[in-house]
Amino acid sequence: MADATLPHDMPAVYEPSLFGTYSKKIGMWLFLMSDSLTFGALLYAYSYGRISTPNWPTPFHSESIINATIMTAFLLTSSLTMVLAVRASVFGNAKSQRLWLLATMACGMGFVILHGREWSKLIAEGLTLPIFPSLPGQQTAGEYANVVKSVPQFPATFFGLTGMHMLHVTLGVVYLGVVALRRKFIPILLVLWLAAWLGTPSYSPFHYGAHVLLLAAIVCSIVLWLKPKVYDSSDVEVAGLYWHFVDLVWMFIFPLVYLMSAKIL
Amino acid sequence: MEAFQVAIAERVAEEQRHHGRSKFFWVWAALLVMTGIEVYLTYQNMQPVRMLTILMGLSLIKAGLIIGYFMHMKYEITQMKWITMCALVLCLALMMIFFPDAWRIISLGPK
Repeated sequence: MADATLPHDMPAVYEPSLFGTYSKKIGMWLFLMSDSLTFGALLYAYSYGRISTPNWPTPFHSESIINATIMTAFLLTSSLTMVLAVRASVFGNAKSQRLWLLATMACGMGFVILHGREWSKLIAEGLTLPIFPSLPGQQTAGEYANVVKSVPQFPATFFGLTGMHMLHVTLGVVYLGVVALRRKFIPILLVLWLAAWLGTPSYSPFHYGAHVLLLAAIVCSIVLWLKPKVYDSSDVEVAGLYWHFVDLVWMFIFPLVYLMSAKIL
Repeated sequence: MEAFQVAIAERVAEEQRHHGRSKFFWVWAALLVMTGIEVYLTYQNMQPVRMLTILMGLSLIKAGLIIGYFMHMKYEITQMKWITMCALVLCLALMMIFFPDAWRIISLGPK
């Protein structure tokens, strides 16, 4: 059978791309649209509970509000560093791109650590879920022990919504780590997993939640070994879309969950 | 749209997208200022419905800035802007069908 060849000077004709952009970006936008419906459902569930429950608790002291405001500042700053990373990648400045991506990851990790501290404080004060391991003496002590019994919708929707967002931020940090450092990120991820697992007490939900990092390390290893590649500017931009989306969702969680439930003395 | 027109639109969008680094700093500063206003309003003892309206208004402005500038939607072609945003807003608005039920629940139960 004869091989068919095309002359090199033949003008190439391509089908116009959807919306005049590359398919990876369209794919990410479609994913983000579906994910926004997930968060939309969780936010509506929280709002439904709030409207239909007259004695909805307002547990967030000024300390929690300050903590959440710093978390918001971390996320907004991470969006700025992310957009600067995209800009650096377009101009082919690999070193600057990597530094901005690492700065974005640092802000994201700061957000997760502060959020984890907030969760731990609330759990220690009695605001918990039945699936969480019980704390010693929690049944009798704690400011919010009665809230769990009288308004179980509050901890269910609060931990569900903020937990889903925290998971997205954590996976976003992993995603950016893979784009910035590729295979070098896997041992770092394993160290983070061990630190999160061994550094948290056995009664903390983060003790078991840390295994998300191990799972992420396994998945990333498979992807990076099966399809190793140098990520280009389009990959950085698509990763940026995901990261900005996580920031965007928090712009609604922060006022709805924290500011509208602030304890004003 | 012809292939060459798409290519031109892509190139123009690419040029617009990455010019003006200071624009991103202005957007970031505006987002931080709006967050500060939200926190300030929290402690002004406003009526909950009024406060919720203002907070959601500010959140929508912040969302618009993030989508428009950080996610570069401002520089995408018109079809993409309209199709993605209209579909998303419509789907989210449809979820509001549950709210009348939430208000109904308040009026139920022992009087």
